[in-house]
Amino acid sequence: MTRKRISLKRLVTNVPALIGLLLVLLAVGSAVFAAHLAPHDPVAAELRLRLDPPGWDPASKAKYLLGADAVGRDMLTRIIYGSRISLMIGIASTAISMVLGVTLGLLSGYFGGWIESIVMRVADVQLAFPFILLALVIMAIFGGGLTKLILILGLTGWVSYARLVRSQVLSVRELDFVQAARSLGAKDLGIIWRHILPNVISSVIVLSTLQVATNILTEAGLTFLGLGVDPSIPSWGGMLADGRNYITNAWWVATFPGFAIMLTVLGVNLLGDWLRDELDPQLRV
Amino acid sequence: MGSYILKRLLHGAFVLLAISLVVFFALRLTGDPVMAIMGQGNPTQEAVDAMRRSLGLDLPLWKQLFKFLGDLAMGNLGTSFRNNQPVMPQIVERMPATLTLAGAGLFVSLLVAVPVGIISAVRRGGFLDIFGRIFALIGISFPNFFLGIMLMLVFAVKLRWLPASGYQGFKYLILPGLTLGLILSSIITRLIRSTMLDVLRAQYIQTARAKGLSERLVIFRHAFRNAMIPAVTFIGLQLGALLGGTVILEQVFSWPGVGRLALDAISNRDFPLVQGSVLILATVMVIVNLVVDLSYGFLDPRIKVGGKGA
Repeated sequence: MTRKRISLKRLVTNVPALIGLLLVLLAVGSAVFAAHLAPHDPVAAELRLRLDPPGWDPASKAKYLLGADAVGRDMLTRIIYGSRISLMIGIASTAISMVLGVTLGLLSGYFGGWIESIVMRVADVQLAFPFILLALVIMAIFGGGLTKLILILGLTGWVSYARLVRSQVLSVRELDFVQAARSLGAKDLGIIWRHILPNVISSVIVLSTLQVATNILTEAGLTFLGLGVDPSIPSWGGMLADGRNYITNAWWVATFPGFAIMLTVLGVNLLGDWLRDELDPQLRV
Repeated sequence: MGSYILKRLLHGAFVLLAISLVVFFALRLTGDPVMAIMGQGNPTQEAVDAMRRSLGLDLPLWKQLFKFLGDLAMGNLGTSFRNNQPVMPQIVERMPATLTLAGAGLFVSLLVAVPVGIISAVRRGGFLDIFGRIFALIGISFPNFFLGIMLMLVFAVKLRWLPASGYQGFKYLILPGLTLGLILSSIITRLIRSTMLDVLRAQYIQTARAKGLSERLVIFRHAFRNAMIPAVTFIGLQLGALLGGTVILEQVFSWPGVGRLALDAISNRDFPLVQGSVLILATVMVIVNLVVDLSYGFLDPRIKVGGKGA
């Protein structure tokens, strides 16, 4: 197994990857500079502008580019702020599952035995449980909220990492350089860290990218059901849930946040596909 | 074969037991449901105690658990905290709606994914392949509830061709079924395309071509049947997504299935109804996965399920 390097030159000449990069940069930029980019206040209601149509509509009073929501807040502003929630939850929860899953995968693949049996058994049960039901029950019990949502997504997402890493470790640990390190007296944990981890990390990166996309979608879905982020915080899922109620007379309230989710997830997926082709073309995740 | 089925059944039962324990304890962590139920007005302490006794919540936790598991073994999921009716019939009543929606979604997804996946692989790089890949990529990036709302906006609100929500016949099934199916088909199309590409490279395909079989026969008899094996496994793995999609879309389209029942029960803190719905949905999933596992034997005679070696 040889380590591959990511080529930036190949990134800018690959049109889908470039689109993905731009979409992701757009979302990250909105999240980081929300306070500077957003034209209005994301939470202050202005009932005079209730369901004000988008700016190009002659009936628009405020001429907000993307219109106003049910309490007269600027849609564009809220979409810009909403990127923070989506990205924060998507990235933080993925980081938790990655650390947890990679650790368990490395240990169970390298040592085998009872560690492997327990980890894989728990993974089986968790895979058999429809995730959305688990999330529904847990969110219903402990209530919604940002931190809990990150923990839920993080603690349930480790299974795919553990399985992927374990299966790769099983073949890597038999390779000559690992055997050589062992016969030279290297410690197990040292071997795992120095020789095995670097060989599985590229698949982990690919899986993580795609999981960020999945987690953004799941967060939006749970928030849409009223079981996710607090409704007072601007989030894309929450805005869509709101928009569902005004679908007959104000199409823009549901449409724009939905496209924000879709384009961000599309961007992450495009980057993920490109990373996979660069790092690990055999991987199917 | 028999011992394999037995092993799988035991595994399924173990999974369901684990799930029921998780659900049982998790719901008890929410605190006292009695006050939530009797919230309106100002109930006297006696009334609260009586309610607690009648719901069996005055018993020690382990007794509640044994009662719950004992009832479960008899197929009794308890009575609803809200309307004092047995839980099982309420869930069974909602089951056809959920299964109809899930079935329609699966049907639409296969209807789209199988031809698009096959043609994409056979005419790799062609127009339909590029179109199909873009479609699949957009599909996996689309939140299902957003697609549902957009279809509703176009076909129900603007064009007025179809009803926006409700459950009174086939017309009401079209939008939610289409939504679920299109999202699922994007995932399945990708899979069928890539397994077909693998299979088409295999030597027996070369042999089949070499002996002069028509391309149609090569693709359908030789390639597609072999590509079906990973495809079926994968579709089995997507059942969770299918079910999750159903739960969300039931909410979008006011579709009276088990998902909505569970969501309502969660907001009512109706423990037995939540437990029951989650358990029944999980049971459906475990059974379907079992069927998927056992179906390999039919798809590929080389696989002797449970046998040693192939």
